[in-house]
Amino acid sequence: MSAVLVYIDFPAGSDASPDAAGTGTPTAGLSKMSMELLTLARVVGEPIVAASGPLSEEVRTALGSHGVQQIFQCEQSELREYLVAPKADFLAQVAARISPAAVLLDNSAEGKEIAARLGVALSAGVVTDAIGLDRALLAEKAVLAGSYLVKARATTSVAVITVKANSVTPEQAAHATAPAVETVKVSFGPASLGTRIVERTARPISGRPDLSEARIVVAGGRGVNGDFTPVEELADALGAAVGASRAATDAGWIEHSAQVGQTGKTVSPQLYISAGISGAIQQKAGMQTSTLIVAVNKDADSPVFEIADLGIVGDLFSVLPQATAEIKRRRS
Amino acid sequence: MELAAPSGAGSGAAALNIVVLVKHVPDTQLNRRLGEGNTLDRAESILSELDEYPLEAALQLAEARGGEAGGNMVTAVTMGPAAAVAAVKKALQIGAYQGVHLSDQALAGSDAAASSLALAALIRHLGPVDLVLTGLTSTDGETSLVPAQLAARLELPQVTFASSLEVISEGDSHKAVARRDGDTYADVVEAVLPAVVSVTDQINHPRYPNFKGIMAAKKKIIKTLSLADIGVAGEDVGTAGSWTVVESAAVRPPRTAGTIITDEGHAGIQLVEFLADHQLL
Repeated sequence: MSAVLVYIDFPAGSDASPDAAGTGTPTAGLSKMSMELLTLARVVGEPIVAASGPLSEEVRTALGSHGVQQIFQCEQSELREYLVAPKADFLAQVAARISPAAVLLDNSAEGKEIAARLGVALSAGVVTDAIGLDRALLAEKAVLAGSYLVKARATTSVAVITVKANSVTPEQAAHATAPAVETVKVSFGPASLGTRIVERTARPISGRPDLSEARIVVAGGRGVNGDFTPVEELADALGAAVGASRAATDAGWIEHSAQVGQTGKTVSPQLYISAGISGAIQQKAGMQTSTLIVAVNKDADSPVFEIADLGIVGDLFSVLPQATAEIKRRRS
Repeated sequence: MELAAPSGAGSGAAALNIVVLVKHVPDTQLNRRLGEGNTLDRAESILSELDEYPLEAALQLAEARGGEAGGNMVTAVTMGPAAAVAAVKKALQIGAYQGVHLSDQALAGSDAAASSLALAALIRHLGPVDLVLTGLTSTDGETSLVPAQLAARLELPQVTFASSLEVISEGDSHKAVARRDGDTYADVVEAVLPAVVSVTDQINHPRYPNFKGIMAAKKKIIKTLSLADIGVAGEDVGTAGSWTVVESAAVRPPRTAGTIITDEGHAGIQLVEFLADHQLL
């Protein structure tokens, strides 16, 4: 069976600040994204893990329950101190050792960049934004803002694939393993230590699910007119992530990382509630692959109503709070 | 016509030689289609909106150092079929000083790996540069792979997803300081130039071409180069040189409008009923 290398970036709970370099902070549990990658890896072959930092006992056990045979880890501080390139060097070195059929990474901005460099280092084709993967390493992905579904494949001996969150339901392996752990000493490329991280600030933790991974997203646009409260309250009642249109993030009403759309995040939750967003192409590109779309907008001519499963012509400042109250009433 | 080299001697020591990558992409406001061989139908293309940000960043950096007269150079570079020169022309109207168009039939169908190979050879051909600036992604391929691959191929530092960019110069030595906003961290990163820098749409507010700019652009130089000119073999790029292939493509059925109601005082409750009907509560 061919090996599939799965990359796990400093997992949740690890202190990835540059000044904590090399302290070997043990990590908390395995992220859902990592479990999804491992589940997909087992479709293709035998999962082997490359981790950018030392792993806790808990994570090693979790990896074992996902059938991981071997873990390669790097403890060198360069992976924390410099941008992207050292991580790609580490992965390239592990890949050269084990000759995997594929390398799987998460589809975050950094995941794609590591994949990009790894592709050059291994002369391997890179497929990004995969939402499915079969035994023959044919990856499914949406292109042109979700208007097409294509099947793409690397034509090289190793494929590098970045996978979007929620592409597969994580499942444990039929047989647990006790993975061997090897610490790798990486030699870095000439320009890999070119971009130093001189300051790192952790973003405030909202307590809400991650926008890219959330099952439900409630998003606000121009219509919220500076006040995201009704959007946030409905999101919290539903356990949802908060999103925004570009108009709302450009106006500074909410942080840029909440932007859904062509120049922001592409989400495909089970439910997307759009409030006060007209639904122009910029926004549509980021959310039209959602399973269900509910739109609330005062303007009956808003393009968002053309793609909504339920469209409500009305004022979000009365519709959303009423919905929030009703959800709370039903649950109490 | 020959390209101007930035005038080193006699210019300000802090002058920068900047290459901005611009791409000619199908207009995202229109319906975009995959054509023959599952490659993109490139009719009705424009300068990628996201490439206006690196161009603006380049112009601001150059202007702060005395502009063209101060020995700075801002070269807009594209690769693609004959029509792609329109992206360079637009960049010149906005303010780039000169343009380069890598045009060759053999480039058709290039994936990120092939594109970054051609662009790396092209940039090497143009001679020493201080900065290669790009947008955060192309609005057609949307992979964000090219800036990182270009940096890897050129063996230059990679400063990507910059939402702010400053260049600090000491004599002939320049250092880029950029802010990179990730989902979990906001980083400040530093790299000694030359470097490849990709910038987001948060970095600035791109200027529009004005009448003066449009008239001035007519006199600016656009150099057209072929693969042979830059020493790249045709089979290393295009479909032949790509490392990925799209095997099949299917149009997703367009979404259709569902039920539309007008709030008569209880739409919030109707919304919750809809969620309950779909087991979303």
